Formats: sequence, structure tokens, C-alpha cells
Amino acid sequence: MSELKAQLQEWREAVLGRIPAAPGWLGGNWNRPGIPFLLAVLIVLPLLFSAASGFLQATIYALGYVVMALGLNVVIGFAGLLDLGYVAFYALGAYAVGWVGSDFISGANVNLLAGQTSAFGIHLNFILILVCAMIVTSIAGMIIGLPTLRLRGDYIAIVTLAFGEIIGTLVTNGSNVVIFGQPVTAGNLGISSVDAPYFPGLGTFGLLNLRPWYWLILAITVVCVFVAYRLRDSRLGRAWIALREDEVAAVSMGIPLVKTKLMAYAIGAAFGGMSGVFLASFDQTVNASQFEFSFSIFIVSMVVLGGIGSIPGAILGALLISYINYYLIPDVLNTLPHTFGLNFDLNDLSIGIYGFLLVIVMVLRPQGLWPEKRRKRELAGEVAPELTELAEPSAGGVTAG
Amino acid sequence: MRDRTAGPLQFLRKKVGSWGLIIALLALPLYYLIHDLTVGYQAGLTASGHPIIHHDLSIIGVNLAEGLSAGAIWALIAIGYTLVYGIIELINFAHGDVFTMGSFTGASIWTTLGLTLATGPLGLVFGLLLTLIVTMFVTGSLNVLIERVAYKPLRTAPKLAPLITAIGFSFVLQNVGLLWQGGNPVAVLDLINESHVLFHISGVPIYNRYVLAIGMLIPLVFALNWFVNRTSPGRAMRATAQDPEAARLMGINVNNTISLTFMLGGMLAGAAGIIYALYGANMWYFQGFQAGLYAFTAAVMGGIGNIRGAVLGGLIIGIVQQLCNYRLGTQWTEAVIFVYLIVVMVLRPRGLLGEETREAG
Repeated sequence: MSELKAQLQEWREAVLGRIPAAPGWLGGNWNRPGIPFLLAVLIVLPLLFSAASGFLQATIYALGYVVMALGLNVVIGFAGLLDLGYVAFYALGAYAVGWVGSDFISGANVNLLAGQTSAFGIHLNFILILVCAMIVTSIAGMIIGLPTLRLRGDYIAIVTLAFGEIIGTLVTNGSNVVIFGQPVTAGNLGISSVDAPYFPGLGTFGLLNLRPWYWLILAITVVCVFVAYRLRDSRLGRAWIALREDEVAAVSMGIPLVKTKLMAYAIGAAFGGMSGVFLASFDQTVNASQFEFSFSIFIVSMVVLGGIGSIPGAILGALLISYINYYLIPDVLNTLPHTFGLNFDLNDLSIGIYGFLLVIVMVLRPQGLWPEKRRKRELAGEVAPELTELAEPSAGGVTAG
Repeated sequence: MRDRTAGPLQFLRKKVGSWGLIIALLALPLYYLIHDLTVGYQAGLTASGHPIIHHDLSIIGVNLAEGLSAGAIWALIAIGYTLVYGIIELINFAHGDVFTMGSFTGASIWTTLGLTLATGPLGLVFGLLLTLIVTMFVTGSLNVLIERVAYKPLRTAPKLAPLITAIGFSFVLQNVGLLWQGGNPVAVLDLINESHVLFHISGVPIYNRYVLAIGMLIPLVFALNWFVNRTSPGRAMRATAQDPEAARLMGINVNNTISLTFMLGGMLAGAAGIIYALYGANMWYFQGFQAGLYAFTAAVMGGIGNIRGAVLGGLIIGIVQQLCNYRLGTQWTEAVIFVYLIVVMVLRPRGLLGEETREAG
């Protein structure tokens, strides 16, 4: 038996030895053999499904939400600031597409590497819109963050919630606000003539073939996962965790409070904006009714369900919740009661089932599905009791006084 | 703790001081008051089609009366938020939906009791009183049940875990409401003849519904105040809110005290539900969402954990809401309420009547 083990170990080392070490800037965790394999599977995955299948569509949405969950995880998980207004950044990202990637601003006629478009409206290339949206949402994130700097715990929650609702109200009523003869938004009617992404050499994406969309959002997601890991292990990431665990101690050790907190808001917001840009062009519409409080709650539940502060947790939570909501309940299980001879659609119960699942999972696994290592140790009592005692007040990720 | 980082905000707060807060709170009513007196408002057309312009305060009076009575409902819900937050530091997102259940239960009970528009005043009063008591008991028990199932197992879990179960239960209750009364607003029997003018106070008509809302708020708040401040379970509640660990060491059954808090909050939400259903003579499975949002805002604005603060916050939000509905249009109301909240939070981070709590310390 031990010979077999030794043999396995030898093979393992031989295989690992062939993999070139990741360059230093990639960080330590990236030369694991599983990662190229996982990436390869993810890239090949859409070829196994038909080009316009419902599953592929659900996956594209799910990856969009993964990006948002990663962004919110920076704010809630790393920095410990409970943000209930994340929908604001989704809205701003989506309206970036509505403003500079559609026919909406009909007085202008601009086309910057955006492929074939109509003769009016501002049309920028997808990447340019992405950059614009990231800049706009980061600034918005900092503005939203400013009044919360001196607040603690759940007071932050209500102020961010308020900002989210204010943005929601503004975009709904924006159709009545006219600047230079141009309404600001199209309100609940929606901006419907949104450009699909266009890349020189690849052409414009169409809705009959969803694979390019999938690869695009996969690329965005991979970049975001990488950025999230590098942020967590950076100087800034350690500063966030220090602030989360004990604000007073962190500040007295010389961590700049305002800069660190605002960076968390800005980076979290930029992720949300990016995902908003992608989802708006995938939806092909920007409708004010999408940007409601329930959306913020949707993303928060992904982060908490996965395990606050844990990057794989956020990914898992986002995938799970979006598959349940957009695939499992509406597509797969909807007709289930009929097969048992019951005369109702599961859709009538969808919010109830979703709520019930949230309760069950949280009660059974309070630390989340894939908890952060640090927290897992705290909860498992591996940290000395007196240390747990000290860590206990802030164990929820929200700074307590 | 003084750090250079919060400089601009600190500076602003010092300059503006507490007067700034009062001015900010009064900005909207004062603006419309001056507007009504100087520019005036149109009170109809003359026979020849010219507008009649009045220069008095009766419209402001109507706004205030409507606002105070609507605020009474938000205040009752806000107390539930503030009690629960004060004791376990949880934003009970399911509370708004417990309020909805209050409306639905109340309507079913008075239908069962056989109350109709033809019922005499004595029967009506007794019927509604019985409805009120039963409903308060039902919603209170519902709230305790939610606490036992969804929050109690998570007492030692990370702080955001019960927030998610609260959201989960909110969805479950919404679904129950959806199956119970359907997806559209339902008309409720107008038992109290809500839009009947009972009397006038210097030109401002006082409707039956105003009397109902204010007339319920005052005794309920007094009863609650008495309970919390004068009785022994109330003292246990305050002790637990201050320091659960020390309270436990002093022999207080912390778990029962927390359940009691949920019971009280649920009872007030049930009462608010009945008032709401009678007030507008309709109800909707989704009403708890907006009501919960406003009430939570009210609780935070007043200083979360503080009962008088919750009532004050509720009344302020009611007035702001009615002023906006009437002057700016309902579509802007929510934004204006939240701007008010942010202004209060910036100028006074602990809320209007907030004290040093464990959280805000």
C-alpha cells in the first residue's frame, strides 16, 4: 500500500514538475494543475450545448451575477461594509450602455469602432463602454461611500439602501427629466435599441449564437476572479480585513480609513458596473423596472450564502442562486406538480421556494457553503478560545463598535 | 477618536450643528408654507374660467393631518423594527410581511364575524376590537414562530446569516399572501367609512381614518411604554438589549425575552395591518415591502433601538410622504424620503433620538 502511495506521489511530482511555475505577479495560488484544466473545461463547455439553448443562456446570466457577487464580496466580505444598494451600480453600468451604446441619444451621431449601427445615437465599442462604466460607477461608489464613513454596522446598510432606491427612482422618472431636448432615461418603457458587442475581426454578436457571449462573460469573470484574489492578498486587502476586524485598532496602526473604505466601495462598484454593461447588452434593453431593491437583496444573498469574504464562496453562491432562479424553478421543475397529478405551476410558488431554500441553507450552514479559511478556523475553534472571544463581535463581517 | 480622514464631514457637521438638522427637517413644510402664503394655490375656477387663488394654510394643514395619520401606521411598524434591532441587532426583513399578514388576517376575521356595512356602531366597535385582539395574537405568534425557526438557531452564527433567513421568510410570507389573496390589490369592506368628515379643525377636515390611526397609535404606544418601563418582563427586555451576557448572568431567560420582543413587535405590526386595511379600504400581498422599507427608514431616522425615536421617525416620514405625494407627485416620494434619511444620517449619525448603543458607540 505504501509503495502505491509512493508511486502516486512520484507521478504527481513528475506531472507538477512539468508545469512551469507561474510568474511572480500572478501570485502563489495560480500554478496549481487544476486551474488550466478547469479553464479548458469552461472554454469547451458551450460546444456541448446547442448554440441557443436555455441552459447556455442561464449560464451567461449566472456568470454575469458571479461578477457582481465578486464585487459585492469586496465591499461586504473584505471590508465588512454591509451594502444594500448594489443595484445602483448595475443600473449605472446598464445606463452606460443605454447612453453611449444605443440609438437613445438621437441628437448625436457618433460611431467609434462599434460595427454597423444606425445613423443616429452614440455608439462606442464594447470595451470603451466597459471602461466608461467602470470609471462612472467607481466615482458613484465613492460618492455613496462618503456619508457612510462615520457610520457603523447596519446604519451603513440603510444609507446604501437609500442611495440604491434614489438611483432607482431617478432612472424610473428620468424620462420626464429633459436636458437639451433629450430625456435622461426611457423610464419603464426601456431603451430597446441596444448594441450588441462588436469586435473588429469577430463581427457583431447575435442572439442566435450565444457562444461568443458566453466566452466574453467568461473572460470578464476570469479577470475579475483573478483581480479579487490579488486584491485580497494585497496591502489594500489586508488593510480592509484589519478595518473589518477592528476599526479603531486599524486606524491607530496607520491605515488610512477614508481611502481604504472608499477604495472598497469604488472597486466593488466597478465590478457591478462591468457586469451591468454586459447584462444590458445581452438583454438588449435597459429598463428602469429592472433596478429595484430586490436585486440588491438577490446579490447580497449570493455573497452570504456562499460564505462572507470567500471568493470561491461568492462564485458558488452566485451560480447556485441564479441557476435556481433562472433555470431550475422556471424551466426544469415548473411542470413537476403536473407529473404528480397536481394542478398548479411551480412558478406560483417560485418566490416561496426560493425563500424557503435560503432559510434552510442558512440554518444548516450558517458560515456559508464555502467559508473563508480564516472564519472556518474561528468557527471550528482552532483559534485559541481567548482569541475567538476577541474576534467574536466582528465575526459577521460588519464592523461592530 | 479624531482622525484627519473624516475632516470634511466633521467640519460640515460642526458648522451646521443641530440647527442645521432642524432646518433640514423643516425645509419641505416651510417651503410650501411660504409658497402657499405668497404665491398662493389654485382652489378652483370661477364661473368665467379664471383660477381662484387662495393665500392661506389650509392645504398645508390637510397635508400635515394626512401625513400624521399615515405616519401613525409607519410608526407602529417601525416600533417592531426598533425593538428587534435593539435586542438582537437584526434588521428583521420579514417584519413588513408580518404586517401584510395582519391586514389579511384582520379582513378574514371580520368577514367571519359577519361584520358588514350595515352593522350598528356598537357591534362594529366590539367586532373590530375582537378582530384587533385576535389578529395581534396571530401576528405576534407568527413573529415568534419565525424567530424560533429562522433566527434562534443562528444566534452564534456570523451576523449576516440571520439577515438572509429574514429575507427568506419575507419571500415565503409574500408567497403565502400571493396564494391567499391573489396578485392584485384587493378592496376591503369600508367598515369605518374612512372618507367621512368627522369634524373640522380650523378649516382642515378630519376624516374617520385619521381618528382611527391616531386613536390607535396613542394608546398602543402608551401601553408599550408602560410595559417596557414599568413591568418586570419589560425590565428584562431592556437589560437584554443593553448586554445579553450580563442579563443572562443576572438570571434573565434571554431566549424567552427575545421571543417576547418578537411577540410585541408582531402584535404592533398586526394592529398596523388592520389600520392600514381600514385606512385605505384596500390591501395587497406586496404592501409590506414598501411599508417595511418606510418603517425601517423611520426606525433608523429616529435612532434605532429607541421606541420614541421610531414613533417620531414614522410621523416625520408620513408627513414628508404626504407633502411629496401632493406637491411633487407620488413618483418622487421614495427618493425624497431617502434623501431626508441621508441628510439626517450625515448630520446626526445616531438618528434623531438615538443614544449610545452597543452598535453605534
